[in-house]
Amino acid sequence: MKAVCWQSANEVRVETVPDPTILNPRDAIIKITSTAICGSDLHIYGGYIPTVQKGDIIGHEFMGEVVEVGSGVNNLKVGVDAKRLLPGDRVVVPSTIGCGHCNYCRRDMWSLCDNSNPKGWMEEKLYGNITSAIYGYSHLLGGYAGAQAEYIRVPFADVGVVKVPPDLPDEMLLFISDAIPTGYMGAELCDIQPGDTVAVWGCGAVGQFAMISAYMMGAERVIAIDRFPERLEMARKFAKAETINYEDVDAGEALKEMTGGRGPDACIDAVGLEAHGVGLEDFYDQTKQKLRLETDRPHVLRQMMVAARKGGTLSIMGVYGGFVDKMPFGAAINKGLTFRMGQMHGQKYMHRLLNLILDGKLDPSFVVTHQLPLEQAPYGYEIFQQKKDNCIKVVLKP
Amino acid sequence: MTATPGDQINTNQGEASEAERWASLIGGGAMVLMGLKQGSLRGALTALAGGGLIYQGVTKQSTIQQAQEIVGMNKPIKVEKTVTINKSPEELYRYWHDFEKLPTFMKHLKSVKVDNEKRSHWIANAPLGNSVEWDADILEDRENQFISWASVEGADVDNSGFVRFQKAPGDRGTEVKVVLEYNPPGGALAAVFAKLFGEEPEQQIGDDLRRFKMLMEAGEIATTEGQPSGRSH
Repeated sequence: MKAVCWQSANEVRVETVPDPTILNPRDAIIKITSTAICGSDLHIYGGYIPTVQKGDIIGHEFMGEVVEVGSGVNNLKVGVDAKRLLPGDRVVVPSTIGCGHCNYCRRDMWSLCDNSNPKGWMEEKLYGNITSAIYGYSHLLGGYAGAQAEYIRVPFADVGVVKVPPDLPDEMLLFISDAIPTGYMGAELCDIQPGDTVAVWGCGAVGQFAMISAYMMGAERVIAIDRFPERLEMARKFAKAETINYEDVDAGEALKEMTGGRGPDACIDAVGLEAHGVGLEDFYDQTKQKLRLETDRPHVLRQMMVAARKGGTLSIMGVYGGFVDKMPFGAAINKGLTFRMGQMHGQKYMHRLLNLILDGKLDPSFVVTHQLPLEQAPYGYEIFQQKKDNCIKVVLKP
Repeated sequence: MTATPGDQINTNQGEASEAERWASLIGGGAMVLMGLKQGSLRGALTALAGGGLIYQGVTKQSTIQQAQEIVGMNKPIKVEKTVTINKSPEELYRYWHDFEKLPTFMKHLKSVKVDNEKRSHWIANAPLGNSVEWDADILEDRENQFISWASVEGADVDNSGFVRFQKAPGDRGTEVKVVLEYNPPGGALAAVFAKLFGEEPEQQIGDDLRRFKMLMEAGEIATTEGQPSGRSH
């Protein structure tokens, strides 16, 4: 089959590799019909995620059709018409892999699964504990082959897929895999109260869905922060957000002014470790990261800590991998901030989100700016990373 | 929670006997750990099995240890690892006690054959198609709680260890603790041994325990072996 294989920083190649096979009883093989390049794939593309190896198949946002199921796949626990998974079924698959039986999966904290990462010792050394594996997202997070390919092996398929109806286009359903539940969880972690103002850093797909979700959960105002006019325009048009371009104005000052001097009640980070800042601070982070003196650029985290209102909540959905430097922790403690964060618990949210789409309450297809054949993945990565051609979301068609 | 006085007394009695039971086991565990610090797990386990928890049992063994060090033997390798598994102590004890099943999650084991209630024969894979073998005896076996064992005279690799199953707080399942000790052999076997257990023995037992947990909780052991990549052709 054809698959997108990582080569080195800023280089991916479409190669011919063997087809995946069933390796465990609870596996299924899925023929991929649509797979997206996620913003966090850019961290891998750029070489910022450790333990990605040359030749690894990457990608974790996908949907497709079941072609084969293992002997242990029965009694589906998630999904429409949840009984059996059969060849021909159309499914969306969450990016995080959960076993469904450990203490964390049972408590709906799927991205903290104890059992899905076969290379857990690495993570245990670095993070102190093992979290769930993620498709195509480094050997630290399991080393599973990713989704930017014609076929993929899905482990724990009895709890790890959601069946979807055949009559909606892929673009309506694909983002249940990752971007929508990530944004939705980002808003949920804010514990939004009536009258709240929620500020969202980053207007990519996750940011857009976080804004829409914040309104659904009762936010009075949503303010979006980015530096690309086309993304800010999307936030205004589809997510009904007010916007701040942080290259034009000081975002922290602007947020204060817009909120009566209080600051936003909740702040969502939908950017992560490659955040851009302005001026000396940005230079400092960029330099330290290049010298490997810090792994992650925490510009958004710093700005959120200072911008949030006293007693406010920071919800962190952007991905961080290692160590950050120069955090204004004095602001956090003295202002009594609450920090909530995590990789999204896909299996917890997918059914709920599918119903929103089926009920006509959410049409996520607006985020797609580019559709490309799988062979053009290297071009897709390039325009997404460089933000060329107003690129916001690339969907690959194997 | 409301409770009648009668309930209260019953609960307290239940707790007391439960606590007592664990106190003796943990006491033994403490003794074992002290034995580890002194230098010999086997001595501690033997003492524990004897029921007396006699300190001399440990010190005597550790004297032998010192003698071994003087004549140039390597120090024994000791590893200790605990994992919490979302199953009852009964289920986990039952699976583990069927020693012949241990190779399903202990990767370096080729086979275990149970001879009788006490004795079993163990074969471990060694590099270059070699294997090392030993007979082991159960030293102590407390149902659903604790199993300790030691290799008998003439083992390729002299080793001893115990596994303890202890109910975790709340409904978190069972804390499974394994403590192992290997005494490196001399001569030609030393190199084989070094390859077998020398590199990160902590990680090896950690991986074994994680595979045990996966098997018990998820019913299968997560793997990526055999999947495609841009390297596999």
